[in-house]
Amino acid sequence: MASFSTEREGDLLTVAVEGQLVVGNRADFKQLVFDQIESGARRILLDFSGTAYIDSSGLGALVSLAKRARDEGGALHITGLNEDLRTLFELTRLDTLFKLFATRGDARSAF
Amino acid sequence: MATPAPRSDRPIVDGVRLEWRIASDVSEIETIVTEVTTACANAGYSQRVCRLNVPVALTEAIANAIMRGNGGDASRSVRVCAIVGQDMLCVEVTDEGAGFDAERARAMCDDPEWLEREDGRGVFLMYALMDKVETWCDAGHTVRLVLRRT
Repeated sequence: MASFSTEREGDLLTVAVEGQLVVGNRADFKQLVFDQIESGARRILLDFSGTAYIDSSGLGALVSLAKRARDEGGALHITGLNEDLRTLFELTRLDTLFKLFATRGDARSAF
Repeated sequence: MATPAPRSDRPIVDGVRLEWRIASDVSEIETIVTEVTTACANAGYSQRVCRLNVPVALTEAIANAIMRGNGGDASRSVRVCAIVGQDMLCVEVTDEGAGFDAERARAMCDDPEWLEREDGRGVFLMYALMDKVETWCDAGHTVRLVLRRT
């Protein structure tokens, strides 16, 4: 099973996804981030270093969250993709849509 | 509608056979995916195949059967039959729906608006991560995923 851990510093929200981001939990994941955006989070940092795999529903949720963050004047950065997850982003061309970073520090300083 | 496929096309695979019949509930997917990927790992399939190709393509096939094929109707079931062979993995996922145009769904990635869409990547990923994907309607709609061990 997957779990999400969050850290909030001002308008910076960091979410680490442990396990999978798939059709069974993408709604919970989206709601968690939407709620944080509703309460003022604008810089959204998603860390997938503990994520085993992401399916098309999970990828779709990321697209939706990035749009929402942009609509609110914010941005969404992604870090922690292993080689397999990066392949998934490349296959679906989402590597051109999202800003991908090697480390949390790089992702934070790029906001 | 899916194109009928002659059953004689079924690849001959000797190996570990796993079967499930589940309700149309996405919470059922994880157990099946875990068991199939574990069987693949035990049979010596590569880590990349066990971490990427099999779990993602199989999740897409079952989720598609539950949500699109059966329309999320919990009274309808999905049958999954996996044969994990030494040289080849073959998984058939059958729902109670009328099928879908896999070629059209696969071609959606050429649509410029595809990148910003929330849905529509599942069928594309099945084709991208498997060596062969076939669909047909018989007693329900079946998607067959075939992956050769390299």
